[in-house]
Amino acid sequence: MKKHWYDYLWIVSIVYLTLGFFNILCAWIGLIFFFLPLLIAIFGGGKLYCNLFCDRGQLLSLLGKKLKLSANRRPPVFLHKKWFRYGFLAFFMVMFGQMLWITYLVGAGQRPLSQHVKLLWSIKLPWQWAYHGGVSPWVAQFSFGFYSIMLTSTLLGIITMILFRPRSWCVYCPMGTMTQLISRARSRSE
Amino acid sequence: MIEEKPRKKRKAQVAKQDCVACGCCTKVCPKGAIRVYKGLYAQVNEGLCIGCGRCAAECPAAIIEVVKVDA
Ligand code: SF4
Ligand code: SF4
Ligand code: SF4
Repeated sequence: MKKHWYDYLWIVSIVYLTLGFFNILCAWIGLIFFFLPLLIAIFGGGKLYCNLFCDRGQLLSLLGKKLKLSANRRPPVFLHKKWFRYGFLAFFMVMFGQMLWITYLVGAGQRPLSQHVKLLWSIKLPWQWAYHGGVSPWVAQFSFGFYSIMLTSTLLGIITMILFRPRSWCVYCPMGTMTQLISRARSRSE
Repeated sequence: MIEEKPRKKRKAQVAKQDCVACGCCTKVCPKGAIRVYKGLYAQVNEGLCIGCGRCAAECPAAIIEVVKVDA
């Protein structure tokens, strides 16, 4: 099949995660991957982002298929069930809200800046080398928080890529669930 | 007299209610026979589908089956 320019967007994933390793403030760039899919869905593009452009999905395909890291097993049935997908989305949103709250507290001077990346919402990794100062503490706190989310979801994606099929993450990815929900809401109101 | 048997053809069938509309299936179909409809679910164009099963093997949710249908 013919390759398009957008078939190479997996590189963006690697560049993004690498940048955050050296300068955590680059985590802010990730807001693009956050708003773009939602905006596309809101303006009627359905899941075009998932279907064509998502760097994360492409990276998982690459690791799973090209590098053959995937066991290529059928994932358990619950993975695509609505209760699990919506439940995971809800959990993700709560954790996202908590991250914003911590950012707010740091901004209000009620909490010191924590220079850690939190993996899987629990494991604190030292990451202070990636912060060089020069911005308000909340700007840095948001960077650490947002990068933690990106790294965590990439890790979960890689784990389910290895265990099941390459893009098993896409079955329960909160972004994918949200864009499908927006598409549903749109088609119902049409 | 030779009795004509009803001919069966293999076609992909998507369990729509379980489809996450990720579009992985569309990328591997050699015939362009499967597409994601409006970000909702994947749809098979039975006229084009040759029942090769590539989409079914690719689907990360494993919700596509290749079934025999009357042609
Ligand atoms: S489901 Fe998530 S990871 Fe998969 S293509 Fe969509 S946004 Fe990307
Ligand atoms: S790969 Fe499976 S879940 Fe994804 S759009 Fe196709 S049928 Fe739906
Ligand atoms: S069975 Fe083969 S031809 Fe039919 S939709 Fe799937 S990939 Fe395409």
